[in-house]
Amino acid sequence: MTRTTSRWRGAIGVAAVLGLAACAPGSGSVEPDGTDDTAGAGEISTDISDVQTTLTVWDQEVRGGQNEQIERLNEAFEEQYPGVTIDRVSQSFEDLATTLRLALTDDEAPDVVQANNGRGTMGAFVEADQLLPLNEYAEAYGWYERYPASVLQYSTYSEDGAVFGEGNLYGLPQVGEVVGVFYSRSKLDELGLEVPTTWAELDAALAAAKAAGQTPLQLGNIEAWPAGHVFGPLQAEYTDPADITALGLGNEGASWTTPENEAAAAHLAGWVEQGYFNEGPNGTDYDAAWQALAAGDGVFLIGGSWLAADLEDAMGEDVGFFVPATDDGTLATTGGTGLPFAVTADTDVPDVAAAYVDFITSDEAMEIIAETGNLPVNRTGELAPDGGVQKDVFEAFGEVTTSGALLPYLDYATPTMGDTLGQSLQNLIAGQMTPAELTEALEADYGQFVGAAG
Amino acid sequence: MASSSALRADAGLRGDVGRRPAAPVRRRLVPYGFLLPAFAFYAAFMLVPIARAVQLSVYEWDGLTLGTFVGLRNYVAVFTDPALREAFVHALVLIFFFSALPVALGLVLAAVLHRGRVRGLPFFRTVVFLPQVVAMVVVAVAWRQIYAPDGSLNQALRAVGLDALARPWLGDYTWSLPAVGFVGTWASLGLVTVLLLAGMSRVPSELYEAARLDGAGGVREFFAITLPAVRGEVTVALTLTIIAALKTFDLVYVTTGGGPGTSTTVPSYEVYRRAFELGQVGMAAAVGITLMVLIFGINLVVNRVGDRSTT
Repeated sequence: MTRTTSRWRGAIGVAAVLGLAACAPGSGSVEPDGTDDTAGAGEISTDISDVQTTLTVWDQEVRGGQNEQIERLNEAFEEQYPGVTIDRVSQSFEDLATTLRLALTDDEAPDVVQANNGRGTMGAFVEADQLLPLNEYAEAYGWYERYPASVLQYSTYSEDGAVFGEGNLYGLPQVGEVVGVFYSRSKLDELGLEVPTTWAELDAALAAAKAAGQTPLQLGNIEAWPAGHVFGPLQAEYTDPADITALGLGNEGASWTTPENEAAAAHLAGWVEQGYFNEGPNGTDYDAAWQALAAGDGVFLIGGSWLAADLEDAMGEDVGFFVPATDDGTLATTGGTGLPFAVTADTDVPDVAAAYVDFITSDEAMEIIAETGNLPVNRTGELAPDGGVQKDVFEAFGEVTTSGALLPYLDYATPTMGDTLGQSLQNLIAGQMTPAELTEALEADYGQFVGAAG
Repeated sequence: MASSSALRADAGLRGDVGRRPAAPVRRRLVPYGFLLPAFAFYAAFMLVPIARAVQLSVYEWDGLTLGTFVGLRNYVAVFTDPALREAFVHALVLIFFFSALPVALGLVLAAVLHRGRVRGLPFFRTVVFLPQVVAMVVVAVAWRQIYAPDGSLNQALRAVGLDALARPWLGDYTWSLPAVGFVGTWASLGLVTVLLLAGMSRVPSELYEAARLDGAGGVREFFAITLPAVRGEVTVALTLTIIAALKTFDLVYVTTGGGPGTSTTVPSYEVYRRAFELGQVGMAAAVGITLMVLIFGINLVVNRVGDRSTT
């Protein structure tokens, strides 16, 4: 017995010594040299034709068309700059999200990374000085003219990461995303309905579909985030875009507990009460919902442009897409960009990294992006295909970004907002929460974050 | 204890010879030398990470910037944060579904298979054990289909006229946790049954014959002979399944993601969510360490009770 205890004591002692010897977490990471944001105008260069180097790029462009466009662009870049070799590390969105933190704090950090826009990812990296501000490159390459401001705000942070949407530019996206309403043409014909253009017309169409015994609206919300893409566009019908942007970006000066936001939540709850959704949206898979629409069960589905390709494969000419207009006729809806490409603060070759980011987001690159079936973030309207649902999507995104309002995903706001929003909307849909309680729950999350940050 | 006193007696005897006092010392050290390579490996991949996790748990750290020492504040939060408390309660509910229920059912199933001298026993044993062989993620994906609003469970209920019972199981606030738990029951039942069958096959058949001569029926036989004989196996089964219940992650991750609302969150899922999604690495480590202590504690009790009743 005594022997056992002493052995344990020994093991605990060893563990304690190891614990004490190790330094505080985070202290082992490389400190940026602090010259990043004070770099003089003469130091940056847009001419990299003589450089011999390897550029390490971490991306998540792994799916069919995405992979094809990035491979073609990488090849073209290496052809144009024979001295540069691209070392591409690609992994899925989820894998990238979990490994990027470790990678950035490593001694051998990659040069260019795709970092998600939100505060939890890009915001945290900016706060930790892990990303290089690209303002000077933006001036030199003309990025401010290339991109609409409503798009660039999603990769813009203040230097300390506290304000989202204003300050330094930290990355450029290649593709756009827009949330709208998919519909089945044949179902609308069957019901004798025109394609709605406003929320009021959509409500009327939903009621008509219900009366005819159809499933008016498909929603698969077991993952909890899909309902956010239904609530976001609805909110745009009631709430001022500037307020939604402040709420969505987690900046001070707005409030969730307003009559407008409550009315938006009540609108969604009303759809549940009217029985417009399929049975048990909280227990239905996201993929099962759009597959149901494709299989002829359901008239409408509110979702993002990323579903267009799959829906077109399954439904062909039968599927269409539109963004309901608000009362004053503008198109305002949730949307955003693909993950922006950012340059790390530790890179040895910032000029090459910036040239690469410029190259893969250039006007010529947009053509390749469109050719491979992706939604290019710029020149969207003019690159639209001739027909089909992709034409609807391209035109809608073009109009939203140029003359309408592209509103941020609401979960960008705080690191915990994705969970708060998802759980609250599941509660609302299940009748466990009233619209007022929903706005209070979201206000608590937003208020705590803004209060803590301010 | 017995072996250590024997060692001491052995050393005492040799002490009489006593010309080379170094020998017993070396003798005593040699076994540790043999242990050393394995221990070094174990330390590098188990003890050091655990110590590091303990260290992380007393810091507030986002995984990027320098951490701040906060003492036991993370642990206080584990016990005061209602969301985390809820997760631990869910884990305790899962123990019922992963351990208590399978052991109860497994005892009955094993007793029937054993006593009935079923023909083709190896076949049934294989079938019952099969869920253990399949990866939990695969099991979870399959059950997610079964529980879907138009999945096979609801179809079966509707086919027999029980439409009122059909529901979106994983989206229902009352039924999602039991639904997830039942998948655990299904998965553990095989392991438990096979363990208990092995235990029962060791019982000498003379005991049953004697009981039958004394006029005992099947039920009496079970409680008087079978159950006491497999106490050790029950302890092992409980230990394994309780650990599985408390560290459940993949099942929840794949089926519900903690939803609807927060009705199926579990501690392991909170560890993942906080460390990798919310950037609260210190907090996540504190939850992990608390979970480890809880698993140790519960199993210590199970094994103490199990041991005492065998002797």
